[in-house]
Amino acid sequence: MRRSLFRKNLVTALLLAPATLWLVVFLVLPFVAIAIFSVGERAPEGGYQAALTLAQYANLPARATAFWNTMVLAPAGALACLLVAYPVAYYLALRAPQRWRLILLALIVIPFWTSLLMRTYAWMYILGGRGIPALLAYVGIEDLRLINTPGAVLLGIVYGYLPLMILPIYVSLERLDRRLLEASADLGATPLSTFLGVTLRLSLPGVMTGFSLVMILLLGEYLIPTLLGGGKVFFIGNALVDLFLQSRNWPFGSAIAITLVLVSVVVLIVANRISTRLSGARRVDLI
Amino acid sequence: MPKSYRDGLPITPDKFVDQLMRLKRGSISRRDFLGLTGLGVATAVMARELGIMPTPAFAAENLGDRMSIATWPNYHDPQTFENFKAETGVAVEVNVFGSNEEMLAKLQAGGSGWSLFVPTNYTISTYKKLGIIEALDMAKLGNFDGKSEDARFTAEGTIDGTIYAVPKNWGTTGFAVNIKKLAKPMSSWKEFWDTAMAEGDGRAMVHDYQLTTIGNALKYYGYSFNSLKQDELAKAEELLLKVKPHLFAVSSDYQPGMRAGDAWMTMCWTNDGAQLHRDIPEIAYVLGKEGGEIWTDFYAIPKDAPNKPAGYALLNYLMNPKVAVKEHLANGAPSTDARVNALLPKEVLDNPILYPAADLLKPLEFGAAATLTDPGRAELMARFKSA
Repeated sequence: MRRSLFRKNLVTALLLAPATLWLVVFLVLPFVAIAIFSVGERAPEGGYQAALTLAQYANLPARATAFWNTMVLAPAGALACLLVAYPVAYYLALRAPQRWRLILLALIVIPFWTSLLMRTYAWMYILGGRGIPALLAYVGIEDLRLINTPGAVLLGIVYGYLPLMILPIYVSLERLDRRLLEASADLGATPLSTFLGVTLRLSLPGVMTGFSLVMILLLGEYLIPTLLGGGKVFFIGNALVDLFLQSRNWPFGSAIAITLVLVSVVVLIVANRISTRLSGARRVDLI
Repeated sequence: MPKSYRDGLPITPDKFVDQLMRLKRGSISRRDFLGLTGLGVATAVMARELGIMPTPAFAAENLGDRMSIATWPNYHDPQTFENFKAETGVAVEVNVFGSNEEMLAKLQAGGSGWSLFVPTNYTISTYKKLGIIEALDMAKLGNFDGKSEDARFTAEGTIDGTIYAVPKNWGTTGFAVNIKKLAKPMSSWKEFWDTAMAEGDGRAMVHDYQLTTIGNALKYYGYSFNSLKQDELAKAEELLLKVKPHLFAVSSDYQPGMRAGDAWMTMCWTNDGAQLHRDIPEIAYVLGKEGGEIWTDFYAIPKDAPNKPAGYALLNYLMNPKVAVKEHLANGAPSTDARVNALLPKEVLDNPILYPAADLLKPLEFGAAATLTDPGRAELMARFKSA
């Protein structure tokens, strides 16, 4: 009996070992290194030099604009993503013919097989002067500039992260018990109040999952603002890249990275709280 | 310019027959025929592979089959690397960067993987101080001839009598203007910045590079391009922050924007200016009359280069004037090497983009080493970008 328990534990340990090792080597150790860097100083020629100071954290306000941009653009981007994704997910889960559903889902996922870099580059050319503006010039709209605008960044964000928003919402809508909708209609609710009171409410966990997933990724985004914003829309991710790859201020970069991780954790916790509260009666089963 | 992307590519069947007929008619020499059709190279390569002919330059060391170089955007004739691969079997991976700071950051972090890179004059002393670059073994660079180099452009590669870097080419930093869109003639940095906020609103680009972006903002007030003085930098910052909302982009890869017509004006290096003007004549290259930057880009080998033999072999190959001349025709920057200048066609040597008038060159400054590592300039750039 005891022997088999030991064996069971051993098997569990062995099964968990690869993931644990992976996380320790590639997550915990780098995090510790960054935490150590963040209390150090910038060496005279750049890089890191050992010290024990909180000066880097005290200097955080120097990147207040980047933090502010990120804090505004990440939720805005996630919200725009949500507004586009919800109708798509709704159609897929509740309206699309069963036999089309799988194909449509595949069509949403397939672009993910190409790297985000390539897809964003494609947008650079579509929005660039030889793309849409060149077409519009034919109908007399001259010198229109689309690339390197906040709108282009928003478009890139929505495009890049859409599948991450659609899929969780789709899953939560797909599991929706249709009889609840019938019951709501039978009890005299209008389609709108059925949607608001039943469908939307029950899909909130999916919405919150998608929202926090997209938002967390956006907090660290730097590629899309660089390529579609012309390096003018500055996210905290861009500040990080510059600190490590241009001004070589590793300690300050590390302090920002740690702060960003903490902010992300707070966002996750808050999102979780909200989603639990909003869908207080999450498990509604008729059987 | 006679440069075409077809230069050096394998010959087409029609052309081959054409040349063969010419050879038969006796209107082409056998040597030219072999050269044109690529049969000469093929024979030489086969002879080497079969061990018929020794390969003196590369015979001593095993070069491996790949190496990587760090350089600038649009900076080489891609055919150079193809030819090098054909001759040595070493494939060259090209990494491009937008600033010297980025190159330094990669090398400081270690494990860059580069066996050759292209730093600018003012950074070499810092690389040497940090022990990042090799003192070059000149015995392996037989094609380099110090006597044929113009000392004005090559001095910073040599530190205390030791050669750490040899020059690729020199150039200037001015700005390119699409004169169809911005017709008013410009000749100064003051006009560049003022236009960026007026007629060029939303269409001007500056480098993602502290040295030139801050330096040319300093020129607006007539200060030194290399200034580290707090009050002067504060003025430059004020200008940069004022211009920021009007810019099209902050990026050192400005050719795509200029070519597509999205950008009408950009800070620009000689070589890009020459390339843009060559392909799109309405793009002019202007040097600010207040001054600005003059530079030399060098080749250097990192101490931790994973494939030093190949790094040296490629460097030696690039120092061959016959190879270098093709690089200059493709890249458009002027050479520091008299042997290369002797091979360049007259229209290149007369091109004012490459060889500006003496009175325009005179006020230009070489970048100063201190600007590379100065935290004040780095933070100024960061504030500008995040504003």
